[in-house]
Amino acid sequence: MQTEAVQRLRITYGVDGPLRYLSVLDMGRLWERLLRRARLPLAFTQGFNPHPRMAFAAPLPVGYSSTHEVLDVYLGAIVAPEGALAAICAESPVGLCLQSVVEVPLSAPPMQAIMRAAAYEVAAWSAASPEQMRQCLQWALDSDALLYERVRAGRTQSIDLRPLLLKARYLGQDEAHRLELTMVCSPQGAGRPEELLAALEIGESHWAVCRSRLYWDAHTEE
Amino acid sequence: MPVCDETVDRLLLQVSKPARYIGQEWNSISKDWDTLSATLALAYPDLYELGMSNLGLAILYDIVNRHPQYCAERVYAPWPDMEANLRAHHVPLYSLETRHALSEFSVVGFTLQSELTYTNVLNMLDLGGVPVLAAQRGDEAPVVIAGGTCTYNPEPMTPFVDAFAIGEGEEAILDILGVVAEARAAKATRDDLRRALAAIAGVYVPAMYRPRHGASGVYAGVAPLEGAPSTITKRIVRQLPPAPTRPVVPHLQATHDRATIEIQRGCSRGCRFCQAGIVYRPIRERPAAEIVQAIDELVGNTGYDEIGLLSLSSSDHTDIEAIVQQALDRHSHDGVGVSLPSLRIDSFSVELARMISSRRKTGFTFAPEAGSQRLRDVINKGVTEQDLLQTAQAAFAHGWNRIKLYFMIGLPTETDQDVLEIARLAHELARMGREMRGRRVEISISVATFVPKPHTPFQWEPLITRSDATRRQRLLREALRGRAFKLSYSDWDSTWLEALLARGNRCLGDVIYSVWQRGARFDAWSEYLDVPLWQQALAEAGFDTENELHAPRTRERPLPWQHIDTGVALSFLWAERECALRGDLSPDCREHCHHCGILATFAAERSTVEAGAWGCP
Repeated sequence: MQTEAVQRLRITYGVDGPLRYLSVLDMGRLWERLLRRARLPLAFTQGFNPHPRMAFAAPLPVGYSSTHEVLDVYLGAIVAPEGALAAICAESPVGLCLQSVVEVPLSAPPMQAIMRAAAYEVAAWSAASPEQMRQCLQWALDSDALLYERVRAGRTQSIDLRPLLLKARYLGQDEAHRLELTMVCSPQGAGRPEELLAALEIGESHWAVCRSRLYWDAHTEE
Repeated sequence: MPVCDETVDRLLLQVSKPARYIGQEWNSISKDWDTLSATLALAYPDLYELGMSNLGLAILYDIVNRHPQYCAERVYAPWPDMEANLRAHHVPLYSLETRHALSEFSVVGFTLQSELTYTNVLNMLDLGGVPVLAAQRGDEAPVVIAGGTCTYNPEPMTPFVDAFAIGEGEEAILDILGVVAEARAAKATRDDLRRALAAIAGVYVPAMYRPRHGASGVYAGVAPLEGAPSTITKRIVRQLPPAPTRPVVPHLQATHDRATIEIQRGCSRGCRFCQAGIVYRPIRERPAAEIVQAIDELVGNTGYDEIGLLSLSSSDHTDIEAIVQQALDRHSHDGVGVSLPSLRIDSFSVELARMISSRRKTGFTFAPEAGSQRLRDVINKGVTEQDLLQTAQAAFAHGWNRIKLYFMIGLPTETDQDVLEIARLAHELARMGREMRGRRVEISISVATFVPKPHTPFQWEPLITRSDATRRQRLLREALRGRAFKLSYSDWDSTWLEALLARGNRCLGDVIYSVWQRGARFDAWSEYLDVPLWQQALAEAGFDTENELHAPRTRERPLPWQHIDTGVALSFLWAERECALRGDLSPDCREHCHHCGILATFAAERSTVEAGAWGCP
């Protein structure tokens, strides 16, 4: 088993359909198996229980689709990125839409450390009118604090969503209200659109979220 | 009409682990129903994570989906949060592949691997829109079938199942689908369909049998009606069919998160408590070259990092060492390991364990089953204390710091002294480990409570009483104080229910129906097992639980499963029981034929395979 990495590939892909419901751990296992099926020369972590060396830029919450996911994979031998792209495509399950594979320097900082924000396309099913929705979003942007009770693993935690909300735009209504939100997504924390909807009481019956863009500190990368 | 995606999406955002209910996994197969003559829902009556580790269902999924006119789709028991959502939104329980309700399939097939999943079977039928009672199913309703080891005593589940497939299902499943497809095409009545099913070898149609009661109302077995066979002999395959090498890769971490290949069916050791050792006879080995080839395919088709080589006693395969070596040579550089679930107690097994654990040195596990030599002879374990000590010594010598031992309490003839021998052995191993490793080692002791299973030499024996079981557990707890020991034992409630259902007769069907109606499900999960509910239903049905569980059964009184024939003769089981009570050993049946009856039952099958293809001498 190779533990020394000689190449780092950055895989960009989208998530849709069934794969929306996978946790980040499930997604990790899915990629591990996918890369092994694609016969890429993986580099492994050292120690008791070696795993392929790879890292997601930002975990995708359960239930979200995405058109912009980033995964870095470390290899023990050099491969052509185009060849890797074809091999991965051939082994991709339903719901995984591969976009690109490029080589990045091994020395580049880990994606997770330089993540800053993410943009989301949101559909919210609500009895509110478009005008009410617009006002709600404006009210959120104008307020100083937006308290929300986050329940995770049975524990309730009060968090302020306001500093996590960077941009909010109301796009209109078809079968659902359409919104575009940009929220903080960094090592310090991440905003979640459905929590904002819940705090504003405008997504009560159903929602759908697509993460459309990840933003990171590009200039810190070589 | 399949359940639409939008409906499912709305349910899934509100439940824990939604990935259990979505399907479309790698290697899953969805067919166009318009082209099919029969559709099969393969139902596992517990969670997705458990069901996805079941090799039997994976084998049937592969075989049925290879047939151009049939499909097999999967369905698992929804966790109570999902059940509440399905019921609240009037969405039927659907298959993962094409999201059809269970009621739309021509056959719904359950695998019964544990008695504690029985109430889930009723619940899944109900959620899927299928009448729970077989007697209430009309001509249009799916045929509900069941297979798996629990069906060697099918009686408690007879009110809910149209037909049981007894024994190995690889060929029987295609026979059943063929009969159902034909009946559907001919618009046959349910009665005609039942008769056609009962004519298939190994298929038990309980509606064609009536329970008999002797004088004073004592249960006296079942009697066939309308020319149904008086005994139903299990099906076997003459040789192991090709192993499935394109199994569905689950979205969630399965209980056994690996690809598996069955390397051998059956076991020659003859442990007297073991039901699998009887019902999986005769021994059939898969050839080494076929196994190595299948491992290559499994790795390539799934991407798993572990391949489990499955059998009742892995180290007994003739070529096991070469198989493991080749698998490692070919795949370990890709981070793929091999696992062997059940090793014998000998130094060869330590060598094997050493080969496969170069990466992950977890505990070294073996199963002495009983603490004293006397009791190990009673159960025909065929292992001496010296074997145990030498195996442990070899394990410590090769660097293991943790040893895990499996034992049982409640074995026939057991005394408190036998149980204390478990503790003595544990102390001995701890001392040996400390000396050899120069540090404290961990001795982990797992103690199950023995349930006398149908079709074994101990089938006439009573279940240990609750007071004896708890006293012996306490004795062990007191004798195994100290940081070196980790003791765990099974809880009485689930042992009690398992014994009751495993050994019960037809009358238990009403009890199962009644507890399910009052909300029983997931009985295998301690947070859901509601013993008072069961006790109440048993009392209402006038069931003498104490007598049923704790009174020994006589040779004369028919056992509830006596019409089910495993191919092993009753006289052999009784003779083995007599040997047990005398403490006499019966050697490995590869060395000496005990004339258990399997060769006589399947003489026709054996005459068509090469000499030596079966492990019998």
